[in-house]
Amino acid sequence: MARYRLRLLCIAGLLTIALGVHLAPAASTDAYDPWPGLVQDIFNDRQMNDGSDVIGIEMPSRAEDAAIVPVTLRTRLSPGDSRHVRTITLVIDQNPAPMAAKFTLGPDSNVTEISTRVRVNSYTNVHAVAELSDGKLYMTKIYVKASGGCSAPAAKNAEEAKARLGQMRYRQFARTGQGPASATREAQIMIGHPNNSGLQMNQVTQLYIPAFFVNELRLWQDDSPVLAMEGGISISEDPNIRITYVSNGAKRFRAEAKDTDGHVFQHEWKVDDSGT
Amino acid sequence: MAPGGPAVALLLMLVASTIARAQERELPVSEVAPGIFVHIGDVALMTRENDGAIANVGFVVGDSSVAVIDTGGSVREGRQLLAAIRSRTGKPIRYVINTHAHPDHSFGNAAFAGDGITLVGHKNLPRAFATRGQFYLDGFRRSMGDELINEVRMTPPGLLVEDRLTIDLGGRTLLLRAWPTAHSDCDLTVFDEPTKTLFAGDLVFLGHIPVVDGSIRGWLRALDEIAAIPALRVVPGHGPVSGWPAAIGDERRYLGTLAADVRALIADGQPIAVAAERAAVSERSRWQLFDDYNARNATAAFSEIEWE
Repeated sequence: MARYRLRLLCIAGLLTIALGVHLAPAASTDAYDPWPGLVQDIFNDRQMNDGSDVIGIEMPSRAEDAAIVPVTLRTRLSPGDSRHVRTITLVIDQNPAPMAAKFTLGPDSNVTEISTRVRVNSYTNVHAVAELSDGKLYMTKIYVKASGGCSAPAAKNAEEAKARLGQMRYRQFARTGQGPASATREAQIMIGHPNNSGLQMNQVTQLYIPAFFVNELRLWQDDSPVLAMEGGISISEDPNIRITYVSNGAKRFRAEAKDTDGHVFQHEWKVDDSGT
Repeated sequence: MAPGGPAVALLLMLVASTIARAQERELPVSEVAPGIFVHIGDVALMTRENDGAIANVGFVVGDSSVAVIDTGGSVREGRQLLAAIRSRTGKPIRYVINTHAHPDHSFGNAAFAGDGITLVGHKNLPRAFATRGQFYLDGFRRSMGDELINEVRMTPPGLLVEDRLTIDLGGRTLLLRAWPTAHSDCDLTVFDEPTKTLFAGDLVFLGHIPVVDGSIRGWLRALDEIAAIPALRVVPGHGPVSGWPAAIGDERRYLGTLAADVRALIADGQPIAVAAERAAVSERSRWQLFDDYNARNATAAFSEIEWE
């Protein structure tokens, strides 16, 4: 009987080869949880505390467009809390380069909200880890399903993306229900950049397309830092950062971005005085 | 039963299934004009159950050869299309044309690999296969399974269309035209002059909500030019074969509404996530698969229009 089974297996195996059927298991990313390894690699295995009352993370449960998934990080510390947020690290666990961005908040800017857009390659947990002024890490997470269809985390219009390289736009938003005396501001910076991931293989040449992305962005009001971002390839094409912060009365808003090819893009804008 | 019997039985079973595989059932096609055959895909998402057969595919028979236009969402669908061709003509297949890179139109290409067959595509098609191919294979493995995905090959085309190209099938020429970024960055249309039939690929959707994976503004611009093509009928990428140019009315309205709504939301300072919820909701009752694609379309449109 054992011999029969062996022969059956052999025949089935030969036929499998002959038919060119591959029995490789599905690329299942569901079962494997990369988070413990990421805590080790990105956070040097430091203790993760529950961050649910420190930081909130908002994303659509389904990544409608894998190339452009909106994400909003919101600080949740009560006004009376003596601690403040130093940095927020955004990690997209299943992406090829999981560390999407590390935001360093200006000590005097009181940034309470950061919105950007990321690429999501697969069904994945997304973690936000805040480091507070007490030196501890606080973590919160959300689960996002990558959409099917023809959605891909790649450029939709590579020519246009190239043409926009280095363009910067600033916009200040009116805040509803807020008097002109309020110092709270909401502003957006857009940087034209393809932010190529470099992980796409050219199937003709079998070479990887070189990475080309914004790896550093700094924002100031006058000379006071508002926000700095260390970016990775998980940030969408044309990086877009929308923040809520508190004005120090500055007259200028300034941005500087650097990319992996050593380009430096700088711009400054006059700030509207009122918050409306 | 003699020793070895079960093995022989298994072998016969496997051989039988191999033959079945080689002789797939025919994909249902209809002759919409003399020598022009079309299979209308289901309006659905690609799944294991439907073999990914959701896009329209077809073929054109000339005096001396055959051109295939799109190959379907799996190699199985491609083989079924091949079987449909073989039961209608013995003429050789010379060209396989991909109207763009999306999986529902190109995953069947491997069914047509062979000497004497040239794969034809937009000049950007090789780049699209290179940058998106692996993501498509990984992504659709989830919904379609290993069996269908393992045999997909995204081989780059052997003949590229820069702008316009004419293909001769013997007594019948096809005019191929490469478009600037619209539905995608590699849209190609095929016009059969004798019957005035336009294979529009996904530049035209009917019933199935249009999907923006290129440039909404480019698409609206392209529609003006496409409308001027002197066709009698269109084979859209999705939806029924229809009269021309009336067939593009719904799509033009949807894309126009989406662009206008997104523009207004941007002017109002709304974030991209709000656009995904609100833009073009007035169109919901008019399209199939609206909830599968509208938010995505709004997101794509927003990230483009905010740079105006």
